[in-house]
Amino acid sequence: MTALFQLDDRPLLSVKGLTKHYGSRIGCADVSFDLFPGEVLGIVGESGSGKSTLLSCLAGHMTPDQGQVIFRTTDGPRDTVTMAEAERRRMARTDWAFVHQNPRDGLRMGVSAGGNVGERLMAIGGRHYGDIRAKAIDWLGRVEIAADRIDDRPRAFSGGMQQRLQIARNLVTGPRLVFMDEPTGGLDVSVQARLLDLLRGLVREMGLSAIIVTHDLAVVRLLADRLMVMKGGHVVEQGLTDQVLDDPQHSYTQLLVSSVLQV
Amino acid sequence: MIEISNLCKSFTLHNQGAAVIPVMTNAALSVAHGECVGLIGASGAGKSTLMRMVWGNYLAASGLIRVGTLDVASAAPRQIIRLRRETLGYVSQFLRVVPRVPTLDVVAEPLLNLGIDSVQARSRAAELLARLNIPERLWALSPTTFSGGEQQRVNIARGFAHSYPALLLDEPTASLDAVNREVVLSLIEEAKARGAAILGIFHDEAARARVCGRLVDVRDFTPKAAA
Repeated sequence: MTALFQLDDRPLLSVKGLTKHYGSRIGCADVSFDLFPGEVLGIVGESGSGKSTLLSCLAGHMTPDQGQVIFRTTDGPRDTVTMAEAERRRMARTDWAFVHQNPRDGLRMGVSAGGNVGERLMAIGGRHYGDIRAKAIDWLGRVEIAADRIDDRPRAFSGGMQQRLQIARNLVTGPRLVFMDEPTGGLDVSVQARLLDLLRGLVREMGLSAIIVTHDLAVVRLLADRLMVMKGGHVVEQGLTDQVLDDPQHSYTQLLVSSVLQV
Repeated sequence: MIEISNLCKSFTLHNQGAAVIPVMTNAALSVAHGECVGLIGASGAGKSTLMRMVWGNYLAASGLIRVGTLDVASAAPRQIIRLRRETLGYVSQFLRVVPRVPTLDVVAEPLLNLGIDSVQARSRAAELLARLNIPERLWALSPTTFSGGEQQRVNIARGFAHSYPALLLDEPTASLDAVNREVVLSLIEEAKARGAAILGIFHDEAARARVCGRLVDVRDFTPKAAA
């Protein structure tokens, strides 16, 4: 067990007993896990399995009925469920980022591409126009959007470009934790591949931790270090991604893995 | 470097009448630094299963799988992630990569994950690809469109990019011509010379005889009832 002590032993995010009901129906129940710096956690399950509810509770978009979501802030661990709303909002703009499935939910469609990226910087106190524009151009380049599109509005962009712009807008402030809800859903496969490569590079270069909700097992195999499988609001299995996919232990995971069509 | 003892494994097929299939009992072997041990036994005897348990993508039912200082059989996922990044390499028979990523970057990736700068990582990748006779005009293309033999060589280049102290090789010479087979065998010999512990499956008997110091027959670990 010597190797254990060489690792950074403090989780970035520690989730304990997270539960959310919709009336008498279960949204998600008793979910617990730790996420460590630089790790990508995938959450899979069919529609209605509770994965989106879980992500919303984790990201503070929804208040859980029970449980803790402890984030390691620069001032030490804090439970984000009980934190004041203003403080949570500040964290959502700085340490955290949220990439929506539909870019329209994460972008301001009436504002230019450069404005979309710059806005996040201004929200955390950026004031110098030249610096903000330079940083926006740098980030558009990183997500492979040509600098001459900086003044165009996202509505003039393709779906894949909009999604890349949303990622730039989210990552420009150097967050430590990114929540992603089906980030490659709705994109055609060739665009998906490019986005996957981009995300992997950014995770590696920025040392990001990420939680990705998806129903696409091929996406998690390529992107996630660890995997959590949900059914009926419960986590039925979790572990190393390739272990869960290659040697699934739970009957539902076995069904899920064996149901994928081979190309 | 690699030490396996009392290792057991069974599969439970929940959706096929909850059938329990025992596949391995009391497997034991060890691989020292600078040694290459070959796994033998008929197809289906459990060579790949054993290899996958060492890699950590198959769960052990019980027993010990020590790689360096870590027991893979009981390790937490993040410990295995780290083991794979720094200590344990794996050349599988299948190339699994993000589509559209250039071959040079696919091979350099294990080095980039270790924090090695991209110029140095790509130059090491280029050196290996050249040695394995992948034409330079293909380096900027994704290997997903390559022939079987080319994909295998890309996989080998990727597996040898970092000097892992321990290596798992699953039929590394299977679909290669004589020239490239020779290159792969010398890569294995060089890895042994620098002290790597290697566990391999070789159907190519001449290759096996040349690089393996010892053989382990996995049929010794096959559960008797199933045999």
